[in-house]
Amino acid sequence: MRYSVFTLAQQALKGHTGWPKAWRQVAPQKAYDIIVVGGGGHGLATAYYLARNHGMKRVALVEKGLIGLGNVGRNTTIVRANYNLEGNEPFYAHSLRLWEGLEKELNYNVMFSQRGVINLFHSDGQRDRFVRRGNSILLHGADAVLLDRDGVRRYAPMIDIDNSRFPVMGGLLQPRAGTARHDAVAWGFARGADRLGVDIIQNCEVIGFDIQNGVVKGVETTLGPIRAERVGIAVAGNTSTLGRMAGLELPIESHVLQAFVSEGLKPFLDCVVTFGVGHFYVSQSDKGGMVFGGDIDGYNSYAQRGNLPMVEHVVEAGVTMIPRLSRVRVLRSWGGIMDMSMDGSPIIDKTPVEGLYLNCGWNYGGFKATPASGWCFAHLMATGEMHEVSRAHRLDRFRTGHSIDEEGTGAQPNLH
Amino acid sequence: MLIDCPHCGPRSNEEFTAKGDATAKLPAGDAGPEAHYRHVFVRDNPRGRHEEFWHHTGGCRCWLVVTRDTVTHEIFEVTTASEHLERQASGGKK
Ligand SMILES: Cc1cc2nc3c(=O)[nH]c(=O)nc-3n(C[C@H](O)[C@H](O)[C@H](O)COP(=O)(O)OP(=O)(O)OC[C@H]3O[C@@H](n4cnc5c(N)ncnc54)[C@H](O)[C@@H]3O)c2cc1C
Ligand SMILES: [Zn+2]
Repeated sequence: MRYSVFTLAQQALKGHTGWPKAWRQVAPQKAYDIIVVGGGGHGLATAYYLARNHGMKRVALVEKGLIGLGNVGRNTTIVRANYNLEGNEPFYAHSLRLWEGLEKELNYNVMFSQRGVINLFHSDGQRDRFVRRGNSILLHGADAVLLDRDGVRRYAPMIDIDNSRFPVMGGLLQPRAGTARHDAVAWGFARGADRLGVDIIQNCEVIGFDIQNGVVKGVETTLGPIRAERVGIAVAGNTSTLGRMAGLELPIESHVLQAFVSEGLKPFLDCVVTFGVGHFYVSQSDKGGMVFGGDIDGYNSYAQRGNLPMVEHVVEAGVTMIPRLSRVRVLRSWGGIMDMSMDGSPIIDKTPVEGLYLNCGWNYGGFKATPASGWCFAHLMATGEMHEVSRAHRLDRFRTGHSIDEEGTGAQPNLH
Repeated sequence: MLIDCPHCGPRSNEEFTAKGDATAKLPAGDAGPEAHYRHVFVRDNPRGRHEEFWHHTGGCRCWLVVTRDTVTHEIFEVTTASEHLERQASGGKK
């Protein structure tokens, strides 16, 4: 069913009892043309674009739990395209353009809100770095505005600009950036893919691959074997576990990132702000809760919850940036497992196993990439060629010396 | 998470800096690019038991090797990095 004012009115008259399920519950068939493993944002978007852009008819998406319970439903929903490097920025600029048309495209309200993202800077050196990044962003067709102190004050008056220890000098603003409703993104892509004939198979865990003479023939799952000549892995923090089943050696570590939400407040903050001294970012959800987060905990983790030292660190940074937050009560905190790559940038590529494709390394920035990641991964699996905006995201770039290290921290996943 | 430093006793992990996988072993200088690539970039990233370096930056400043479960955060063993290296050199199973 297409959602529209008319279907809404019709359903309203029926007391909303007639809405059909947004996607079908299906059992796996014996064979498909393509299997996508992982029902997060990236897997779902990939399945959608395989059907939508490449007319693939026999596509299955297998998810070990329920779709949307992974990072796609755990993130702080920030969407931006303010990267620096040649290998990344065209990709994120493409993603931002897809976000701008996503609701129409999916006929689903993902609540994409272009409320702007400001990165604060606090020193001359940091300003110079941001100016350079801003220029790079502009050259790649996304937007960037340099704010001075007064600009920041006008845009986000609650920030402690005159902080005695870390006074704010200004900020780099991306007006087209913002937030989106994360669950809706998963559900919207799932519904869209389902309408194009993709089988979304939940509670179906991949436990092995059928690989013969270096060629993939299908997957082993908890619901039995499923055959396919092409299999794409998009399992975020579980990448190494799946990779091991296929004999892949990967430049990935799994780390936990926490996020927090406060009690609901009246409208207080209408953009996203990131602190330039500690790692802290905050926005206000449409329900009024302050949604915020900071760094990963810093050590390898597969536990979907973090520890207290990082909670303290995040809260300290937040209260330094916005002192008024000190009285706000935190309602919940949670964690998600990030697939940190060794240079902080993603991988969308073939693997040494023929027919097996890999989408991973999203670190803690993969939500914003969801549409473009699906777009490019689908392109790769359907055509065998890397998409133009993603051709630097190669798996072998570490071996050949072509790392894409935005932060310049080297092969230290816990510092990206 | 409490890390039982051999010099300082049990301390909160806030005092330490995580320094990553301790099984990645520096190859000989002439081992060739493939060995160095694997040392710098390839990680086992196990779900479960993991040997890792922790630097006691807020304490004795000693480098330690902590064997920890990456799912439960249970810590099985803490040794000094030098002891760890000696064990590695003697080929002894730890
Ligand atoms: C707290 C937090 C805050 C974040 N904030 C932001 C942000 O503000 N902006 C931003 O851009 N990014 C953010 N991110 C990062 C972003 O959420 C991730 O990079 C992105 O969601 C990862 O891709 P995904 O959606 O496909 O992952 P997931 O939703 O984790 O999907 C992977 C799926 O694979 C499934 N799976 C795993 N193993 C198997 C198996 N064996 N068989 C079948 N299925 C399997 C999992 O169950 C899971 O559903 C944040 C992440 C976290 C945790
Ligand atoms: Zn010590």
